[in-house]
Amino acid sequence: MSTLSGIRQAQPGDLLPRTDHVTDTKQQFMYNAALWNAHRIHFDLPYATDVEGYPGLVIAGPLMGEWLTQCVHDWLGDEGVIVSFEFSNRRAAYVGDVLHSEGKVLSTEPEAGTAALELQVVNAAGEAVTLGAAVVRFHK
Amino acid sequence: MTDSLLNAELLSNIGRSAEPKTELATRRDIRKYSVATGQRLEKFLAGDEAPPLYHMALFWDVVGLDELTPDGVIVDHLLPEFPLKRAMAGGLKIDYFQPIRPGDTLVATRTLTDIYQKQGSSGPLIFYEVVMVVETDTGTPVLTETATRILR
Repeated sequence: MSTLSGIRQAQPGDLLPRTDHVTDTKQQFMYNAALWNAHRIHFDLPYATDVEGYPGLVIAGPLMGEWLTQCVHDWLGDEGVIVSFEFSNRRAAYVGDVLHSEGKVLSTEPEAGTAALELQVVNAAGEAVTLGAAVVRFHK
Repeated sequence: MTDSLLNAELLSNIGRSAEPKTELATRRDIRKYSVATGQRLEKFLAGDEAPPLYHMALFWDVVGLDELTPDGVIVDHLLPEFPLKRAMAGGLKIDYFQPIRPGDTLVATRTLTDIYQKQGSSGPLIFYEVVMVVETDTGTPVLTETATRILR
């Protein structure tokens, strides 16, 4: 894996730092309050389980998108900026699930000073919960 | 080949835009968002710069309690009534032009840019795409977000 000071020499296949995530109801409350999102599947356990049939409180999808950008920043540090980012949630994850975010360098464009990254949030069963991609541009 | 669920009236909604929304990014709101999302960089935690998806919080609709659906969701009035109702996972793509900082007054304009149908393994799917352009109040581009949603 490239070090922070060496990421300009990033090569396809280089790994981004992995981070574990176990979110609790306090974080779900604060996140949905920060959004002003009242969707009950995120904070109302009887509603989520009895009415919607989920096994628990559903982690808000964009929060896991935000985790993927953190994965990029942990690797990139102050060496550059994210110029584009995309994500899609592929399966639900629940409060208390043991998840982690990870990523790798897909390709680099040394002339342009950019790198394309592949990102994912993975559950304990090894299944991709959220898939993402980013392009970063290194500072000159 | 499946019959099209998309009639001319439905498709005529492509190109429709919502009223632009203007919001002020404050340090306090950026800090709250940064704590809530578990940020680790000091510039985000101190509210000096907004994390990459902060614009979702800034431009989330603020509506009256009686405008929420029973499950707590806001009705998006930009969208027409679709013949398929059940939402599946969609995706977001964002192109960034400059960071959001405290004190920025930002203007967001959302446009329904596409509606199309595909055949899924268990039936037809309707896709729609909404582009949100965020600029400063002086017209400098900040970001463009393209959201794709799938209905089955």
